Amino acid sequence: MAEATIPIVEIKGVSKVFKLQDQTINALAGANLTIAKGEFICLIGASGCGKSTLLRIMAGFEQPTSGGALMWGKPIEGPEPSRGMVFQDYALFPWLSVRDNIGFGPISRGLSRGEVKATVDKFIDLVGLQKFANAYPHQLSGGMKQRVAIARVLANDAELVLMDEPFGALDAMTRERLQDELLDIWQRTGLTVVFVTHSIEEAIFLAGRVVVMTPGPGRIESDNAVTIPRPRDVASPEFNAVRRVLGAKLHSHHGKKAA
Amino acid sequence: MGTASLSAIWRRLKPTALALIVPLLLLAFWQVATTQRWTLLIPTPGQVAEYMGDFAWGGIYDDAYSATLTTHLLASMSRVYGGFALAALFALPLGVLIGRLPTARMVLDPFLQLMRPIPVTAWLPLSMILFGLGAKSAFSLVCLGAFYPILLNTVFGVRSVDPKLFEAASMLGCKGNAQFFKVVLPAATPSIFTGLRLGLGLAWFVIVVGEMTGVPQGLGAVIMDARTLSRTDLVICGMIVIGVAGFLSDRVVVAIGNRLLRWSPTHHG
Repeated sequence: MAEATIPIVEIKGVSKVFKLQDQTINALAGANLTIAKGEFICLIGASGCGKSTLLRIMAGFEQPTSGGALMWGKPIEGPEPSRGMVFQDYALFPWLSVRDNIGFGPISRGLSRGEVKATVDKFIDLVGLQKFANAYPHQLSGGMKQRVAIARVLANDAELVLMDEPFGALDAMTRERLQDELLDIWQRTGLTVVFVTHSIEEAIFLAGRVVVMTPGPGRIESDNAVTIPRPRDVASPEFNAVRRVLGAKLHSHHGKKAA
Repeated sequence: MGTASLSAIWRRLKPTALALIVPLLLLAFWQVATTQRWTLLIPTPGQVAEYMGDFAWGGIYDDAYSATLTTHLLASMSRVYGGFALAALFALPLGVLIGRLPTARMVLDPFLQLMRPIPVTAWLPLSMILFGLGAKSAFSLVCLGAFYPILLNTVFGVRSVDPKLFEAASMLGCKGNAQFFKVVLPAATPSIFTGLRLGLGLAWFVIVVGEMTGVPQGLGAVIMDARTLSRTDLVICGMIVIGVAGFLSDRVVVAIGNRLLRWSPTHHG
C-alpha cells in the first residue's frame, strides 16, 4: 500500500482509565482521531479534558485501557525515536551541554562520532543556538531550553513531534518567536506535529486542524479545519471569526454545567 | 584608578576577612578569659601556640610529644581516608541497590534505619572485641561513621530522578539497563557527592572515638593520652589540628565537586 493511504496516526475508540487508590478517573472516553503525514494538529481544552493523556498515548508513554493507537497502521507499544515528545518543562538532561543533549539520541542509535557531530551541528544551526553549544541547561533561558528540546527530537529523525504545552511557561514575546520558528521548521521539513495547548489563539495561529476536547470524562468535542492562509494575522477579522466559533465550542461544556 | 584597584583588592579579600571575624572574636575571648583568670585549667592562646610549635617541630620542651605532629597526623589521615574509602565501597553499591530495587529496599531499609541511631561511641566496646585493640578497630569505627551519610544520600539520589528524564531517554532510544548509566547515575551525582562530602566530614568527626581503641599513634590517641595526663595544651593542639585538617580536606572535596558538577546550579560552593 502507498504511504499516502495509511495515516501516520490513527486513534480508534481509545479510552483511558486511571485508578488512584479507590478513585477511578475517566481521563479519556472513546476518542477517535486520524492524522495524515505532514499535518499540524492542535489539541485544545480545559484541564482534565484528556489532551495530555491522548498525547502521551501517541508517544507510547501510556497504553490505552481500551481501543487502539496506531502509527503507520502498527500498534504503538512504547516510546520510539520516530515519535519525539517536547515537554512543557523541557526535561533536558541537566548534566549534558546543549551539544550533548542534542547528540543523546544519535549516540543512543549508535551513529559514528562523525555522524553525531554532523547531525548535532545541523540542528544547533536550525534552532540558532551556535553560541550556546557548550552551555548547560541551567545557563539557558526558557525559550533557549525549548529550542534545545525541539532540536533534540528532530536530531533523532522523529517524523511525529508531540508537544505538550511547550510554550506555556514562556513570556509572550518569546512564545510568539518560537511559534514562528516552529511553523518555519514544520514547513521546511514536512514533519507531523501534534501540539497541546490551552490557548485558542495559539491553536488557531499554528494548526491546520484544531481538535477541541471537553472534560469529565475527557472526549473529543469537535475537529475543526483552519483554512486561514499563512502567515496568519491574529488581529484579522477571519482569525477572530474562527476564534469566536472555537471559543463557543470550548466553553459550551462549562455553559451546560452552569445551567 | 587607585580606588578602583583598591576596591578590586577588597573584593578579593572580603570573603577571607569576613570568615575570620568569628574565629578572631573567639580567640580574643579565650585570651581575655585566661589572662583574667576566669579559669585556671585552660592555657592561654600564647601557651598553646608555643606548644603547637613544639608539637610540630620540637626544640622547646623536648618531651614525648615534641616534633610528633606529622606522625600522628599521617596516622589519623590514613584511618580517615581508609575508613572513608571502605565506607564508600560498601555504601555506594548498597545505596544504588536500595534506591532502585523495591525488594532490596524492603529487606534492608528497616534494618539500616534501626542501626543508624546507634552512635559510633556505642560500638566501641563491640568493635574492640570483634577486631581487637588497634588499627582494625579504628578503621571499622571511622568506616561506620562515614557509612550512613553516603548510603542515605545515594539512596535519595538514585530514587529522586525526575521521571520525565526516563521518558525523554526512552523516546530518544535509550531504554532498559542502558538508562542506569545514562540517566540514573549522572542524575544522582549531586546527591552522591553530597553524601561523600558529609561522609568524609564525619570520618574526621569520629576519629577521636576511632582512636580510643588503643592505637599508639593518631590525633585522637594524642588527645585521649593528653587528657589522662592533664595536658590541656596538648588536647587543644590536637583539636586545632583535626579542625584544620578536616577543613582543608573538605575544601579539596568542594573544589573537585565544583569542577565535576559544573552543570548543577546548586553545586557552586
